[in-house]
Amino acid sequence: MDRRLMCGSHVIGEAATRAGCRFYAGYPITPQNELPEYMSKRFAKMDDAIFIQAESELAAINMVMGASMAGVRAMTSSSSPGISLKQEGISYIAGMELPAVIVNIMRGGPGLGNIAPSQQDYFQATRGGGHGGYRTIVLAPCSGQEMVTLTMKAFDLADAYRTPVLVLGDGLMGQMMEPVTFPDPIDPAATLPQKDWVLDGAGGRDSRLIASLILDPIDMEQHNWKLAGKYKAICESETRHESYLLDDAVLAVVAFGTAARIAKGAVNRVRKAGLKVGLFRPISLWPFPEKELKALSSTIKHLLVFEMNLGQMVEDVKISVGEQATVDFHGRPGGIISTPHEIAGEITKLIYRYDTG
Amino acid sequence: MAKQVFKRPEALKENTTHYCPGCGHGIIHRLIAEVIDELGIRDKTVGVPPAGCAVLAYNYIDVDMGEAPHGRAIAVATGIKRTRPDLVVFTYQGDGDIAAIGTAEAIHAASRGERLSVIFVNNGVYGMTGGQMAPTTLLGQTTTTTPGGRLPLRDGFPLDLSQMLAVAGGSVYIERTTVTSPKNIIRTKKAIKKAFQVQMDGLGFALVEILSQCPINWKLSPVAACRWVEEEVVKSYPLGVIKDAREKSN
Amino acid sequence: MKNKGFIRINEELCKGCALCIEVCPKGSIRISKKLNIKGYHPAEYTEKEKSKNRKCTGCSLCAIICPDIAIEVFHG
Repeated sequence: MDRRLMCGSHVIGEAATRAGCRFYAGYPITPQNELPEYMSKRFAKMDDAIFIQAESELAAINMVMGASMAGVRAMTSSSSPGISLKQEGISYIAGMELPAVIVNIMRGGPGLGNIAPSQQDYFQATRGGGHGGYRTIVLAPCSGQEMVTLTMKAFDLADAYRTPVLVLGDGLMGQMMEPVTFPDPIDPAATLPQKDWVLDGAGGRDSRLIASLILDPIDMEQHNWKLAGKYKAICESETRHESYLLDDAVLAVVAFGTAARIAKGAVNRVRKAGLKVGLFRPISLWPFPEKELKALSSTIKHLLVFEMNLGQMVEDVKISVGEQATVDFHGRPGGIISTPHEIAGEITKLIYRYDTG
Repeated sequence: MAKQVFKRPEALKENTTHYCPGCGHGIIHRLIAEVIDELGIRDKTVGVPPAGCAVLAYNYIDVDMGEAPHGRAIAVATGIKRTRPDLVVFTYQGDGDIAAIGTAEAIHAASRGERLSVIFVNNGVYGMTGGQMAPTTLLGQTTTTTPGGRLPLRDGFPLDLSQMLAVAGGSVYIERTTVTSPKNIIRTKKAIKKAFQVQMDGLGFALVEILSQCPINWKLSPVAACRWVEEEVVKSYPLGVIKDAREKSN
Repeated sequence: MKNKGFIRINEELCKGCALCIEVCPKGSIRISKKLNIKGYHPAEYTEKEKSKNRKCTGCSLCAIICPDIAIEVFHG
């Protein structure tokens, strides 16, 4: 174990390296520049790791595609506009069933937006931002330590399900320095299971093809049903969330990432004032913890969804709970960072509106 | 007993191709397969086909292949080659794929000296999609998107990507040939072999631009199409070695 | 005895593009009246493999330019 004080972007870089990532292609964009910078320094000291600063975020995801075809754990990172440029590549990676890890340190948008933290890419991340209806596993850390565990988990899930995995941070998390503890690094060559589908030259075997072009609709439909089966399996076993002070709660705040950290501060604040409030924090945004939220709404009748956007996850919350609970929304888009005080105020308003005092 | 002096190369699968009668792709596939056989590298070669007529190259050339999105073959190949420098990685791209949407990838790979062998098939149109204008369409040439003939200040001048890449620091070997006559086909094979050798020697970026006939979209017979390449297209795209920095670098 | 050759054309692979006919120095190939499975009139070698006065020298120009690798060339 190895305890360090590091900024979030560096944490992701170190975690990826320890998870056996041996190919990284990136491109400068605030607020995640520290990540390619870290990888360039870290990989320079290793003789089996490749760092490339690509000519664009678009080229970078395609380089990751190639490295993944060659069987290497590969990652790229960017921030919102750069992630938009990667969407076509991610669709191909999903279609070809290739593992890959993509990190989005979200910033204010739309368009050029700004470099402040936001959660405005929730739909893009969870609805498959590219074409063709694929899904990507989306993991949303809310602390330095979770950036370690979820980044490493992302590589395992990508390999296990042969699918792209998105780690969704934001500008605040990417910059914030926190003490974190790293597990020992793994040696990919020694510990990772052999991949029998990679492109490494048809020596003594038939040549292999990795492609997403399937011209015959009958075969393409079958391929889609195969992907659907994979996604079903992922939904059944890879959903993650955190429950905080919900046992006796009458109202639950639902929030992820940085918004959840702020909400936790607000929950602690109103708890001191005797209000029975808790926090439900989705960690996997896809697969969304729909069953868990539905179960929660059988006992807690009022939900307040807080996001750093105009309201995106709130739709998934409504889908999950239906009529079983009221779902209110408080959002701050554009890079605004709410204070616990502000959220505590929203909670208190709802407590009295629903007269659950 | 008769001796066979010409037969299908090992690395070329024994099936009919989907290419139109007289199309140059079939010839180029054979040349690549022969080079792979002669260099004995089938067990360490990986190809990256384009999105275009030759996307189905993997049905014909019997090596490991990874498909790239349109324009991104060189980026995908970079990912493969950088992680597995022991493999021989080539891309097979049309003029739209490399000289239109994939221009940035080509220029920067050449600038980084990526150890890749790029086969650039220049037939002056987007073939698979029905003959639209490409960056390499000649001035005045009619295509489905230049009905009155290509106008420079509306549709741009014929782009010479090979010349542009020759300026890049990391490009080592660039040659332009055609497959429109036996003599030129033989020269093309030598160029492809050199492009593979440059990669295997780890010297840097190599590219062979091959002027190829597209009878169906040019609305010419295969014979007339080959003649048109050798009489007209070569005026805008002169043949020969455009860059050979091997001597200086070794 | 001048070097003699002959060719064999795989009529199912051939698409009748006639490039081989264009480059053959001896005019030993023509378009066949028959149709192949795809509905093309394939190219056809006009000489008999065993006949003495064959003009084909086995130079392979036809096979070199064939886009469908439909021609095999023999000496002897």
